Amino acid sequence: MKFIKNKSGLLERTKSANELDDLRKKISNHKRWDLLFMITGIIALMIAILTFIALFAQMLIDGLPRLSWDFFTSFPSRRPESAGILSAWVGTTLVMLVTAVSAVPLGVGAGVYLEEYAPKNLFTEIIEINVTNLAGVPSIIYGLLALGLFVYQLGFGQSILAAGMALALLILPVVIVATREAIRSIPIAIREGAYALGATKWQTVSDHLLPYSSAGILTGIIIGLARAIGETAPIITIGALTFIAFLPPSPVTNEFPFISFEWLTAPFTVMPIQMFNWVSRPEEAFQLNAAAAGLVLVVMTLTMNGLAIYLRYRMRKNIKW
Amino acid sequence: MQESAVINRYKSEVKNLSFYYGTFNALKNIDMVLHDKKITALIGPSGCGKSTFLRCYNRMHDLYPGNRYEGDIVLYPDNVNILSPKVDPIEVRMRISMVFQKPNPFPKSIYENVAYGLRVRGIKQRAILDEKIEDALRNAALWNEVKDRLNHLAFNLSGGQQQRLCIARALATNPEILLFDEPTSALDPIATASIEELIADLKDKVTILIVTHNMQQAARVSDYTAYMYLGELIEFGETDDIFIKPKNKQTEDYITGRFG
Repeated sequence: MKFIKNKSGLLERTKSANELDDLRKKISNHKRWDLLFMITGIIALMIAILTFIALFAQMLIDGLPRLSWDFFTSFPSRRPESAGILSAWVGTTLVMLVTAVSAVPLGVGAGVYLEEYAPKNLFTEIIEINVTNLAGVPSIIYGLLALGLFVYQLGFGQSILAAGMALALLILPVVIVATREAIRSIPIAIREGAYALGATKWQTVSDHLLPYSSAGILTGIIIGLARAIGETAPIITIGALTFIAFLPPSPVTNEFPFISFEWLTAPFTVMPIQMFNWVSRPEEAFQLNAAAAGLVLVVMTLTMNGLAIYLRYRMRKNIKW
Repeated sequence: MQESAVINRYKSEVKNLSFYYGTFNALKNIDMVLHDKKITALIGPSGCGKSTFLRCYNRMHDLYPGNRYEGDIVLYPDNVNILSPKVDPIEVRMRISMVFQKPNPFPKSIYENVAYGLRVRGIKQRAILDEKIEDALRNAALWNEVKDRLNHLAFNLSGGQQQRLCIARALATNPEILLFDEPTSALDPIATASIEELIADLKDKVTILIVTHNMQQAARVSDYTAYMYLGELIEFGETDDIFIKPKNKQTEDYITGRFG
């Protein structure tokens, strides 16, 4: 492209200045694609978000009026207006407790071993691939495994212990993968810095790698528990009750040693099963109960996810690689 | 007589050292000495094996599978070959400290960073820790800048301060040899000058081996210089000799900037 002076001394574009116009046209053409993609993206995002909002709103409208103190402190009942979720939320809490207590040490331990200790060979590679694949196994398969292993072979019965451990199996891959990824994100320089001072492998793991990756590990644990809390299939498979009007024995007692583990072997129900039970009833009023229980369950899950995000933010604030 | 003279002058002797990353021969038959309480610089173009050589000294290569040493690195006065499979690499690392290329403080407080080497050695008494940490920070010329904020996070320090903190961390355990792997390559010129000054001051206390890609740095701080190329030690001698009248043509070409 050239500029020449015209008679009045002003710069004027020569014929080849058409190139510039071409260029501008092309740019605006390309930008049209930008816009198009942005709109498609927003629509895709909205479909996902609006669907959730619609479902949540529906549940809120149906269920909110049923939520009251009594709803949390009443057992299920044949009369919908006096039915509550006491046995369900207590059951869910206790099952989650067992799940966390069994999945966390196993998952974190396995993750640390695979990442830091395991020799790199074909055998560990096969294990690694399978751990990732385990996350994709349908949850009912875990239920069947737990039914055979925990309920019958080990004789735990249709108990909180068996349910908690079934869900622990289910979320184990999530915890293992989260642990490994959190540890792997620590720079090699930090690891070598610890070793260079004469630290052993265990000192490096316990003084550095675990503390620095705790945010990531904790996030993985909470995400795993949030998944487990809504699982129905494995719990039904091992034989949770759908109607239960008593609580498991209290873990705290009046007599020495003040702590009792009897609740571990007690029959139980959990929130999603209580919901499922109500949904399958013909009476309209039970549907409202189901919506209210669903609301509680969603709030529990969202709270756990929110906690995960908050912890990640808090614990990473001091760590910038 | 001769034996004792050797013992007095040398802190360490490298005998026919070769090193392999799997099948790749990264170091070839290196013979060298480290003079006691002197600074020895390793120079050479990228990939010549100087960092690989340095990392043999604290058995860092043991952390990764497939690495193999041949030959000896003997430490005086106790005459132990630190590359021997019978010697625990952790013991070697407790005797020989290292400062890395990029400052790598732990995401802990300044105090805990310097304390870590001591804690690994099982020192728990607060009074001893306090004293050793102050000594180390003074020796690393950092004490005055951080004495009022020992509990602050190490990440809040500047790059140069972080590197001096890493030096303090390495010094706190009274190492026999201090290894520096291009300690100023991530720092600005002012921080570089202060680190160089510090290294020069430290040689009264400890034997130093430093890898540098910067020839002026080698000339400024070191007493002895080794020039390496493609895994071989081409020339080793007093720094003045290497820089003023190198015996080897390759060394001369590198030092005069004709290649590298």
